[in-house]
Amino acid sequence: MHVGTWAALVHRVSGILLVLFLPGHFIALGSALEGAAAFDSFLAWTEQPLVKLSEWGIVLALAAHLGGGLRVLALEFLPWRDWQKSLAAVAAAAAIAVSLAFALAL
Amino acid sequence: MVLTTPATIAVRVWRGGAAGVFQAFEVPRHESQTVLDVVTYIQRSLDATLAYRYACRVGMCGSCAMMVNGRARWTCRTHIDLVLQDRKDITIAPLRNLPVIRDLVTDMREFFDKWARAKGRFQGRVSRNEDFERIKPDDPDRVQVDAGIECIGCAVCYASCDVVAWNPDYLGPAALNRAWTLIKDARDAKTMARLRAVAGDAGCHSCHTHLSCTERCPKSISPTAGIAGLKRAVVSAVVGKAF
Repeated sequence: MHVGTWAALVHRVSGILLVLFLPGHFIALGSALEGAAAFDSFLAWTEQPLVKLSEWGIVLALAAHLGGGLRVLALEFLPWRDWQKSLAAVAAAAAIAVSLAFALAL
Repeated sequence: MVLTTPATIAVRVWRGGAAGVFQAFEVPRHESQTVLDVVTYIQRSLDATLAYRYACRVGMCGSCAMMVNGRARWTCRTHIDLVLQDRKDITIAPLRNLPVIRDLVTDMREFFDKWARAKGRFQGRVSRNEDFERIKPDDPDRVQVDAGIECIGCAVCYASCDVVAWNPDYLGPAALNRAWTLIKDARDAKTMARLRAVAGDAGCHSCHTHLSCTERCPKSISPTAGIAGLKRAVVSAVVGKAF
């Protein structure tokens, strides 16, 4: 496997993870409609270390997916230059930087 | 010959059609030996029934491409040193994504039919009675044509493409690259018909930009660049506005 295939794989897998995350996210937001107590108990649940860790994973997936999408847009809509083949590295670096910033701010 | 080089190479070669097995051979090792040399040695000295294709032996004709250790390569220009590196054996198989006729020979009809489906034939706008079109070598469109026109039709890109593996109707990198070089050719008169031919479900928009074709092309062409250009050209034609 070469870099381009890895970039496509990360893009696809992070996209699937985000799709799985979204329903949970909406259910959590929806719980606010049932009153402050229900939402507060959910917020307390998110304070657990394992949930914090998976939040970091979601931020990583989001950043990776964003970076992957920008990479594809640059490859397809900017006039072709050979350095565009290296955009996967830029996308990966940006994703890791964003997720590390989030992890350190946790 | 360096003394540390082993005297023989263990080679596994695909035998049979779609259903078949790998057959093991021992081939003498030589300096500056190519993968095609190895296959030719097997056919001439070990088993005359081995079927394979080659013609020019110098990287021009595009007929000797095979899967070497799982990666599509032009075998006449691939040195054994390159594919052996840290291993002692070589596995040689027919190109991926094409029907196997026998042993290392694939049926390439579908590959070339797709060039026709992508309207890969040049159609001029002037007759022989008129003067030549004058195109400067540094014309931006001509520069893009030059970048893609050295294709030898070896199908290494086609065998490396994941989208061809997923969707057998997908026109593939070589046919789309050909269409792109004609669209950028100022002398060609069939641009709109060609854009229609490559804009369908099996055309340029199916490309997932894995860049395998660009990575593997022995002529260092980037079909991905041409396919990206086709995507923009189709969008421009639909929107009616040049990017």
